[in-house]
Amino acid sequence: MAEEIRILLAHADQIDPAQAEDYIKVGGYKGLEKARGMTSKDLIEEVKKSGLRGRGGAGFNAGMKWSFVPPAEVKYVVCNLDEGEPGTYKDRIICEKNAQALIEGMAICGVAINAQQGYIYCRGEYPFVVDLLRKAIQSAKDVGALGDFDIEVRMGAGAYVCGEETALIESIEGHRGEPRFKPPFPGVAGLWGVPTVVNNVETFACLPYILTNGADCFASIGAPKYPGTKVLTLTGDVNNPTYFEVPTNYILSDVVYKLGGGVKNGRKFKAVQVGGTSGAFIPEQNLNTPIDFDSMSAIGAALGSGAVLVMDETRDIVDIVTRISKFFEHESCGKCNPCREGTFRCREIMEKINSGRATEADIDNLLLLARVMKRAALCGLGQAAPVPITSTIEHFGHEYRRKLLQYA
Amino acid sequence: MIKLTIDGKEIEVARGTMLLDACRQAGADIPTLCYDPDLRLAGSCRMCVVDVKGRPALVASCVAPAENGMVVQTESDDVVESRKIILELLAARHKFECPTCEKDGECKLQDYMYRYGVKESRYDGEGPHFGMEDPNPFIERDYDKCIMCTRCVRACDGITGAQAINVKDRGHHAKIAAPFDGKLADSTCVFCGQCIMVCPVGALSSKVAAGQGKPAQNKKVLTTCTYCGTGCTLELNVNNDRVVGVTSNRDENWSPVNKGALCVKGRFGWDFIHSPDRLTTPMIRENGGLRPASWDEALDFAAGKIKEIKEKYGPDSLAMFSSARVTNEENYLAQKLMRAVIGTNNVDHCARL
Amino acid sequence: MTNAIGELEKDATAIFLIGTNTTENHPVIGYKIRKNVRENGAKLIVADPREIELAKMADVYMQFRPGTDVALLNGMMNVIINEGLLDKEFVETRTEAYEAFAQVVEKYTPEYVSPITGVAAEDIRKAARIYAEAERASICYAMGLTQHSTGTDNVKSCCNLALLTGNLGKPGTGVNPLRGQNNVQGACDMGALPVVFTAYQGVGIEANREKFEKAWGVKLSGQNGLTLTAAINKAHHGELKALLVLGENPMVSDPDLDHVEDALDNLEFLMVQDIFLTETAQRADVVFPGVTFAEKEGTFTNTERRVQRVRKAISNRGDARQDYEILCELSTRLGYPMSYSSPEEIFEEIRTLTPSYAGITYQRLEGKGLHWPCPTEDHPGTPILHKEKFNRGLGLFHAIEFREAAELPDAEYPLILSTGRSLFHYHTGTMTRRAVALDLHQPENEIQVNPATAAKLGIIDGEMARVVTRRGNIELKARLTDIVKENVIFTFFHFSEAAANVLTNASVLDPVAGIPEYKVSAARLEKIS
Repeated sequence: MAEEIRILLAHADQIDPAQAEDYIKVGGYKGLEKARGMTSKDLIEEVKKSGLRGRGGAGFNAGMKWSFVPPAEVKYVVCNLDEGEPGTYKDRIICEKNAQALIEGMAICGVAINAQQGYIYCRGEYPFVVDLLRKAIQSAKDVGALGDFDIEVRMGAGAYVCGEETALIESIEGHRGEPRFKPPFPGVAGLWGVPTVVNNVETFACLPYILTNGADCFASIGAPKYPGTKVLTLTGDVNNPTYFEVPTNYILSDVVYKLGGGVKNGRKFKAVQVGGTSGAFIPEQNLNTPIDFDSMSAIGAALGSGAVLVMDETRDIVDIVTRISKFFEHESCGKCNPCREGTFRCREIMEKINSGRATEADIDNLLLLARVMKRAALCGLGQAAPVPITSTIEHFGHEYRRKLLQYA
Repeated sequence: MIKLTIDGKEIEVARGTMLLDACRQAGADIPTLCYDPDLRLAGSCRMCVVDVKGRPALVASCVAPAENGMVVQTESDDVVESRKIILELLAARHKFECPTCEKDGECKLQDYMYRYGVKESRYDGEGPHFGMEDPNPFIERDYDKCIMCTRCVRACDGITGAQAINVKDRGHHAKIAAPFDGKLADSTCVFCGQCIMVCPVGALSSKVAAGQGKPAQNKKVLTTCTYCGTGCTLELNVNNDRVVGVTSNRDENWSPVNKGALCVKGRFGWDFIHSPDRLTTPMIRENGGLRPASWDEALDFAAGKIKEIKEKYGPDSLAMFSSARVTNEENYLAQKLMRAVIGTNNVDHCARL
Repeated sequence: MTNAIGELEKDATAIFLIGTNTTENHPVIGYKIRKNVRENGAKLIVADPREIELAKMADVYMQFRPGTDVALLNGMMNVIINEGLLDKEFVETRTEAYEAFAQVVEKYTPEYVSPITGVAAEDIRKAARIYAEAERASICYAMGLTQHSTGTDNVKSCCNLALLTGNLGKPGTGVNPLRGQNNVQGACDMGALPVVFTAYQGVGIEANREKFEKAWGVKLSGQNGLTLTAAINKAHHGELKALLVLGENPMVSDPDLDHVEDALDNLEFLMVQDIFLTETAQRADVVFPGVTFAEKEGTFTNTERRVQRVRKAISNRGDARQDYEILCELSTRLGYPMSYSSPEEIFEEIRTLTPSYAGITYQRLEGKGLHWPCPTEDHPGTPILHKEKFNRGLGLFHAIEFREAAELPDAEYPLILSTGRSLFHYHTGTMTRRAVALDLHQPENEIQVNPATAAKLGIIDGEMARVVTRRGNIELKARLTDIVKENVIFTFFHFSEAAANVLTNASVLDPVAGIPEYKVSAARLEKIS
């Protein structure tokens, strides 16, 4: 199997995403209509049954997440469109091609948890998406598709950490983008202290399909435990660097070789980093893995945002990881000790190694620090920041050792 | 009630108890830097992490509710390793000036480095340099000693409500700052010094008390503040029969009105006690000026004058202004003196002024 | 205070501040109020001629003309009665004289009061509703309410307001004077007042005198004594011949300092017992060096009637002596031997004569102290007064008409001068001006002027300007700030070299309390050319 399956992007470039009428013509807002006819409990049950899992990175069952929301007078639906992972632009694509599906998905969630207000937190570098979404929301309201549900678009200011749901909430509230400790989870006490469902664009955008075609239909697509499709953004040393929507049981090597058209310039493959900057580097021997959440976890990687970065044989792994460590040093919010100090020292040691001033002890120190960060950091950023380091020391240790002092 | 096992000991705690409290209840000594029972939780120093069976990551016990059936280890290898590394990371940025530091001996970083045998940091690169700051006469801010626990920020907001400081910048550049990284005097700071009270290290200290005695050398005497009618409890720090500073006791059972909170006068306005202007000897007016006199001479002189005037003009020709600043006992004696000894009710004080 | 300080942080659901700049003058109480508003959503009403810090977070802020407190309070009560927001049951069962009171209040509609006070009628309504509709509402005031020729009326009006809404005798309610000095409550409790012995036992009452005569073994005078301000006046007229001053500084704190100076110079004998050579001590015939709070044992009673320990931390400085020892020595030389081994022994004597302190011992004061009344040793103290009934039985409404302040602005003195305290200094500054950091931070006095007023006079920020009243004039640095209205100027009284009380009025006092009208003096501001 090497074909795309397009659910989210089914009508890409055929309709104007800003126009609700266009969307309705191709069957849009039927799912929301159906949802409105269901009890909240049945609706959540239906979403649970579809097996839809969060596309943001944690892979939590969406219906399950909603079912934890306690009764409250005011609740919010928040869409995470921060998309700060380098090499990732699938949320932007979904919005640009099918903004109405996102809006409908949020409204469906609103019906499920009985919320009247939604917020979309949009990456600050996407001002055109903000414009598009505002138009699209207005259009949906104009045709009466949203009923009493309203959505406001808020803009981020470029902080990577605001992709973390609680930091995102802090940012919407007007505070520093810093993660909160959990529990309480946002589902219980989120935006302005009230129950809040935070899901990714892609997760919300799946909902119209699930409601329109039924949970079973969705559940039958892709990997049984992580059903549906996934939009991937392929970058790096491939012949065809673009985006694709594939079923979740798609094999990684097919992404690189079939969709991606193989490594550029006839060079040999070296590694692929999946899921964004904090993703693991996957060597050739693991390329036969399906992209679904669990399969990736099994090889110590993560599907994450769906970014796929291919590196050819000429790439210097240590140099790349050094740059990545600079990124995390820059993006740490500074709240918790392991991350604030850890990302700084990771970068420091990586630079030492990369410039040929390090010894074996530095690698040991790096691994020790990585272990502590992974175990003790407050949020996903600090916990995942060392993954590129540990995965490359594991799979490409010889490239590190080649740079140590004694060989320099 | 819920049951959980901590370091092999089964304990029962009320639902809603935080894991930190449960651990302490079980006798475990959990180190904390950012945790402060009077402040909004931060969960950021990660010193209080513990090992909870079945959890992939360590759990920060100060922000984690205890759960039924939890099996917790408070000093597992992972926990100790994490704490040591965190201490090393902090040590790498902290300016060690222990011999001359105002907090020497009462510093949590020192205590925990000692406890975990962290003698030096493996992170030998450059730390951040923020430098000293602020020309105000009250609070020394040395952010090269800061460990970013943000207790000062939370005390400024949660206790005083001044909201004068917050974290500025991100990551390793993050520092505590007044708006626009300006002076405290240009902010909403009221110089209450609650930030000094909660600072676990020597980053914040009193300029008024600087250099006059380290915590361990000072005897602390609990007393009632001499400014205003609120009646805050404070601790006079005494070294060699001199008051060398004021700190406060945060235990409600000993500091019932203010629970450790003070204002600028209470915390920084005590040095008048040792002002060179203090009167140290009685004085008598002579040739238009005041000259020192012995107690006997001065007392005899005063008593003679009082007697003379009383006899000449009657007791109601004398009056006393007692004081709203002296003690109850002294006020009682003052009015007793006027009423019983001189024979007049002409006694008042500045209650109206 | 009828209630305890801690209730302002937790129990009160609405707080009405009138004439108290709490965050500056009682900072720690200010923290608690702010916390209650921010964290528990307590409602806040602020009435003050200056837009003080807490006004910024108030639900209603009323910037009223100084001296119109009664009108403002009557206006609020008019709304409460007309809108049926009063606590009928409380008024019926626990108060008396309501009818006469209600009759007076009837004409004080918000529309009537608004032009008097300068507060919008709608704000008066809003404030009245917030206060009356709150489950537990507390009134706090300080010298801003009391230092008027109508001070007693102002306080009684606050009592009326609390009685009308049943906001007494419960946690988070009450009429709460925030007292300015560390032991002003205790000094009053101890009978350092011209008309009462300890615990407010009147000197004019035979039985009280008998009790004290028996304890002290002498015959006592039943004639009311002189208040401080009256004593100064008597000295001025030459009727008072000797003044003994214990830790006071009338040469800075009292109104119309030229008048005080003349009065002190008129005395045949002035004795001062103090820790510094104050402006008053400099004029004394004999000066005794006493000790600071750090050098003495004893007790202070705070504004919530909590008696707390003062503990000796260091020994006497130089040849100074404990203040109680000086008084004993003097008494003994006057033929009445007095000798106590410790302040605790004095306290034991106080207990026997002071019913509200009878149950208090030093031992019991360890830790949290005790709120009086505490009549017996097993009594837990009384944080909240008037729970079941008032001292006199029923709470008495007072029918109070608004009276203008004694000295109103006119063509010659067009502004209203108010005086008060700064966060950084205390009273006459004898201590804080010698606390190096405090004096470094705020080394000089200032006159707060609205920028529009300053502009008319051509005065710029930071320039020295002359403030003139009928008593005298001083030069002060102008601080332009819109926290004062155009017709109001404000200065601090801590600075002896630029003493605000050169300007204030000693000739008109509140007829009951004898308090000077520090908050309203007609004044003129002049540019110094």
